[in-house]
Amino acid sequence: MATLWISFLAYPLVVLRINTNTKSLDPQWSRLPILAASVFVITIIWRFLLKRRSYLRLTKAVNEASGLSVPKATWLTTVAKSRYRRKLLVVLLVIVAIIPFVSTPYTVNIMTTALIYITLGLGLNVVVGVSGLLNLGYVAFYAIGAYTYALLGYYFGLSFWICLPLGALFSTILGFLLGLPIIRLSGDYLAIVTLSFGEITRLVLTNLGFTRGPRGITNIKPPSFFGLNLNGAPKAFLVEHFGLHPVMDLNRLFIYFIILAVVVLTIICVYRLENSRLGRAWLALREDEIACQAMGINRTRAKLMAFALGSTWAGLAGVVFASQITFINPSSFSFMGSIMILSIVVLGGMDSIPGVIIGAAVLILLPEQLRFFSNYRMLIFGALMVTMMVFRPGGLIQSVREVYIHQASDSPPEPRPVVATPSTMDQEILND
Amino acid sequence: MTDRSLYTNHNGDHNGDPVLSTTALSMVFGGLIALDRVDLKVERNSITALIGPNGAGKTTFFNCLTGIYPPTRGAITYQPEKDRQINLKGLAPDRVTQLGLARTFQNIRLFNNLTVLENVLIGCHCRMKAGLFGALLRNRKTMAEEKAFIDFSYDLLVRYGLQASVNELAKNLPYGAQRRLEIVRALATVPKVLLLDEPAAGLNINETNELGALIENIRSQEKLSILLIEHDMNLVMKASHTIYVMDYGKLIAVGAPSEIRQNPAVIKAYLGEE
Ligand SMILES: Nc1ncnc2c1ncn2[C@@H]1O[C@H](COP(=O)(O)OP(=O)(O)O)[C@@H](O)[C@H]1O
Ligand SMILES: [Mg+2]
Repeated sequence: MATLWISFLAYPLVVLRINTNTKSLDPQWSRLPILAASVFVITIIWRFLLKRRSYLRLTKAVNEASGLSVPKATWLTTVAKSRYRRKLLVVLLVIVAIIPFVSTPYTVNIMTTALIYITLGLGLNVVVGVSGLLNLGYVAFYAIGAYTYALLGYYFGLSFWICLPLGALFSTILGFLLGLPIIRLSGDYLAIVTLSFGEITRLVLTNLGFTRGPRGITNIKPPSFFGLNLNGAPKAFLVEHFGLHPVMDLNRLFIYFIILAVVVLTIICVYRLENSRLGRAWLALREDEIACQAMGINRTRAKLMAFALGSTWAGLAGVVFASQITFINPSSFSFMGSIMILSIVVLGGMDSIPGVIIGAAVLILLPEQLRFFSNYRMLIFGALMVTMMVFRPGGLIQSVREVYIHQASDSPPEPRPVVATPSTMDQEILND
Repeated sequence: MTDRSLYTNHNGDHNGDPVLSTTALSMVFGGLIALDRVDLKVERNSITALIGPNGAGKTTFFNCLTGIYPPTRGAITYQPEKDRQINLKGLAPDRVTQLGLARTFQNIRLFNNLTVLENVLIGCHCRMKAGLFGALLRNRKTMAEEKAFIDFSYDLLVRYGLQASVNELAKNLPYGAQRRLEIVRALATVPKVLLLDEPAAGLNINETNELGALIENIRSQEKLSILLIEHDMNLVMKASHTIYVMDYGKLIAVGAPSEIRQNPAVIKAYLGEE
């Protein structure tokens, strides 16, 4: 059934080809059976997977009812949960820090983009994953960051290092201002308003005079290294005395490490926020708004904070982005950008820091590796998302709650728990 | 009319010290009068029950008390101390909780994807102070507060028998434990009045009996007053000091358990004509 239906729907796309020589429609009927056959196969696999899933659910329910324990964690979540995760992160960090020295400038560029998207993903995760507020206009805050640097640099010659905090500040303020009117909305309405906000921002940037409209801003300066342009004198020096390869672009390398530092900072901040009074208020907001209020949490305040703070990271990422590609115009910040960032969060795992990192890696790096698929990129993208939603709605890496280890001390009659703060965790690792 | 006089009679011979009282509290949804001039008192350190058939307006009454619905008319007077009066009418739910009213929900509303401990910690929210910078900097003060409240939450969980599942997700708890966790979470807000909306719904006989003991325990140990909505007559008769009966948004009777048991109006409302 489904096969016939899809064949019929896709028929104009696949079969009808316009023959440009003769300027006539040139149906290629031979394609139809191929399409039908492949759809048929996919449908069967799909059915099979769905069946298997419901079967698994059933057995799980039965097992639970009969008191058998079911392993809950998949290996991915166990890795995240293990107390070695700090070690793992450090190793990962070292690898990522070494990559630019052993690879091509092209790779460095893509990695920089991936790191920018990790920052964006982690920021949006605060809004969507942690607080449960759907924001489809996140790219607007990214644009604010980028334009902050571009415009202030263009008109006033302000440096990267001044604009980095300014960009973050401006998008935070904008997030707050956008939050004010929409805190009463939720669900679909919130999605629509944020979506329009993203588009409006883009249109405003296109039509304002001082943003130079669709022409955008060119020649954005790279970040300076203590007032020096790294590709100038320092590079000449290194090439001459240390045998540095003249092709090496030190500015790009510098940007790479800046964004790497921003990512590390973001991870630390987001992690700390999530395991704090404020972060728990956001989580409560996401889980159940009524119960959240009944716990004495000021809903308005919590939502505004989430919106504003989530936007901060977009501002940071935007400034770095502008310095990376040196040319921005409003079309760099289209709706697709917001969707991309949202997909990173959803695919990687809502409310999961490693999830967002992997989501960004998959969605930014994979398409680059699979260039020959580029015609079908959106198709694969869509299929991936649908599959994910059906089979793993929590994302690749499901959120893992912080485990609080209960440590019995020597004498007190009542056992006291000890929270696994970074310091205790570090000690554990040292003691290993 | 007889209902009304019965109510006034009772009011006359009560000279207590109410921690919470409503006067002529009414709630109208469109054309539906869900609450009709309800006068109810919760004596300090007592267990007061509110019973009535389904749809009588009991949950609506809770929602008005806790600020989820703004009452159409009437007043809600809260006396945290004997000489301090606060009108709760029109306050936001979070404000009401901060002032000392905590509640549970008829259909459990836990934070399902968070752990048991996190659920209780969220209950502590309004007693904690840490803000944004504390969270980011993790300075000594913030961490000390965090630790103190984790200890506090853990102690609560130990006291109410949930320590084994501290790191369990709330949704994975058995039903009875979820009900208990909701009560513990409400206690974490350090309330003066605890509002329980059908805490025994869905529990078996054993669990209901345990719950009865638990409620009495909470009242004496935490030194608070309890307003209890419940269908299980056994539990209500055993646990409560005063019972209010509501039907179609109106109070039809009030009194001690023994009086209510024999009240014809109550029997009629509950059992129909018999
Ligand atoms: N938000 C609402 N809007 C309209 N009607 C409501 C609302 N909440 C409750 N009601 C109505 O008020 C009446 C009392 O409901 P409720 O308080 O839930 O009863 P109880 O808890 O005693 O079973 C019901 O008829 C219900 O339909
Ligand atoms: Mg009810």
